[in-house]
Amino acid sequence: MRLYVDSAKCSGCNACRVACSLNLFGESNPKKSALVIEPHFPEPGIYNVKVCTQCGDCAKVCPTEAIKLDEKGAYFVDFAECNLCEACVPECPEGVMFLRAELANTAWKCDLCGDCVSVCGTSALWIAEIEAVTA
Amino acid sequence: MNGYGGQILRVDLSSGKISKELTPTQLARDLIGGRGFGIYFLLKEVPKGADPLGPDNKMFISSGPISGMLIPGGGKCDWTTKAPLTGGYASSSMGGHFSAEMKYAGLDSIILEGISPKPVYLFIDNDKIELRDASDLWGQGTIAVEKMFKEKFGEEYQIAVIGPGGENLVSYACINHDYGRQAGRGGVGAVMGSKKVKAIVIHGTNSIPVADTQAYRTAGKALYKACKDAEGLKDWTRYGTVITEIWCDEVGALPTRNFSAGSFEGGKNLSGPVMREKIVVTDKGCFGCPSPCGKYSRSKKYGISVEGPEYETVGLLGSNLGIDDIEAVAKANLLCDDLGIDTITAGNAIGWAMECYEKGILTRKDTDGLELKFGKVEETFTVIEKIARREGIGALLSEGVKRASRKIGKGSEKFAIHVKGMEQSAYATHNATAMLLAYMTCDVGAHHNRAWAITYDIQVGREKVVPEKVARVIWLQNFRPMFDVLGGCRLQWVELNIDRELYVPALEAITGIHRSWEDMEKVGERIWNLTRMYWARENEGFGRAWDMPSPRFYQEPPKTGPNKGQITKLEDVNLLLDMYYEQRRWDANGLPKPETLVELGIQELVV
Repeated sequence: MRLYVDSAKCSGCNACRVACSLNLFGESNPKKSALVIEPHFPEPGIYNVKVCTQCGDCAKVCPTEAIKLDEKGAYFVDFAECNLCEACVPECPEGVMFLRAELANTAWKCDLCGDCVSVCGTSALWIAEIEAVTA
Repeated sequence: MNGYGGQILRVDLSSGKISKELTPTQLARDLIGGRGFGIYFLLKEVPKGADPLGPDNKMFISSGPISGMLIPGGGKCDWTTKAPLTGGYASSSMGGHFSAEMKYAGLDSIILEGISPKPVYLFIDNDKIELRDASDLWGQGTIAVEKMFKEKFGEEYQIAVIGPGGENLVSYACINHDYGRQAGRGGVGAVMGSKKVKAIVIHGTNSIPVADTQAYRTAGKALYKACKDAEGLKDWTRYGTVITEIWCDEVGALPTRNFSAGSFEGGKNLSGPVMREKIVVTDKGCFGCPSPCGKYSRSKKYGISVEGPEYETVGLLGSNLGIDDIEAVAKANLLCDDLGIDTITAGNAIGWAMECYEKGILTRKDTDGLELKFGKVEETFTVIEKIARREGIGALLSEGVKRASRKIGKGSEKFAIHVKGMEQSAYATHNATAMLLAYMTCDVGAHHNRAWAITYDIQVGREKVVPEKVARVIWLQNFRPMFDVLGGCRLQWVELNIDRELYVPALEAITGIHRSWEDMEKVGERIWNLTRMYWARENEGFGRAWDMPSPRFYQEPPKTGPNKGQITKLEDVNLLLDMYYEQRRWDANGLPKPETLVELGIQELVV
């Protein structure tokens, strides 16, 4: 399973990002969320949303094995084992592996909790099985 | 303090001194936030008789306890000041992402006082707060300035900016934010201009403390679920506020040719579905909104993009000017936004001028050679530019219709559509007595959002003048503005019809204080009385006469449309006020009785 997004449906409200920070950290702070919303205004007037595909590239390079796989197939950061080395961040093809030391004493990423989906009023986000990649 | 940024930022522009105070706990308990904080500071800190554009006036910018939280629509920001347009109370509510960012920067209110010796912008990045030179930005449009700041600092920064309208002290200049959200009414942009503050740039990375994280998460998600399950969500999100246009046209509430009628023969070209099909590019939501009414549009004909138009703009810059092209309305909307003037007052001022022109009260000599008739599109664009720059006919119109009509005379006062000097928003009220009363008694002038009572008129009989209607208006006035106090949006309740009781546990989990809606309506009533006392304090002889609507609504029945020939009688206008004052426990002149103030526990705030 993974999170999917249809950026054309996003209205840039950021409810998903607050819900995400509340799940990951128990805090209300969109800067501590695992989704990225890039507004492109005044032209062309669209939002581009980046979400985790659960590809696992981050986990492969983590020297402390802090990024683990849970039973539903989601990679999550075990905060206690992250040593802030930042190796995972450049590996993420979507730019949704985060480390901002001024905000949190750990790296973080999407753990597929689904709260972003539940608060999105325009149904831009959903969770589904990972589609097989066809050449 | 749970649910709050915790601090109030004070910027003395005259000296450049920047300081912070803790948000008073008692103030948060008594008046909660947002416009509650605004009226408290306005009464306390701005001396009686202050010139709205002088050094004694102040700007109070406030978030509220649900701003920036997991609550639908928690992105409203209140701008309170003494209004340049009316000389009374101004409280303008701005959507977007600004109030959320204030909270993340630890701020509940920003107070701007004094006057800067040179153009500046206020830069806030958590605790790093500076006044920076803005000389090179002075004169630029709002869109270019916001874009420049976003490119310079990043998308996480939120920007509020004034345009040439604010710099030139147009009495209805607005604040622009997020490429198309405004603090629009009353001239808040002119106050910024008078203080030489071109913009505020804000960024914060703090988390907002809450009393009970788990209960808050549960209650917040329940609110979102209610919105997503709502029957009205799909159409409301698809068409936004313009969904109202067809209905207004059908019931005779669509302002047409300077409110001379309530139905427009070109109305079908300005509807929500037409707009969606022709120009809408994307939905554009304010912070945390599951039902984004904001529409971002592109006109191929004019080669422009704009957020909107909203219904109010369609009504005032479309039908009210006899213009039936949604793309022309979109372009006029963008001009107003970029130049930084309020579309509602601008549409009234131009409509009034068009009527003057058609009646021969204004001639080509007065209009800089423009043939300023209803329906004229290019002339409308030109006049908007002239207003923002206060050139030629624009200088007269930049005063608003009350002052402009007093200058011109010749009977033009009778079709200057305003209450207390603020032009009426987009509901024609020839025969809708509850909505008429809502405009007459609204605390900033003729604005609709305190009590949107027009559906109630239709429901109970529009011409009826009965105590139930008055009670409904009062209840709406006490209740609806509470969303402006909480720092959130009322439209999930209004348009999606969600159960308002769902907010109660959410607010309690956030702040740790239980408040029923009954309790919050009491706060709303206190604030309503405080704003009334502010008008009385600032205006010699303030009273009943100030609540009278434009004579058009009791003397000139529409000649066309579904309510052709229908009009409210003057005696009914007076009866509405009698009943209103009695139910408000005010005297016959419309002033709160001393015992009413004591009963509400606010007598000390208005000394």
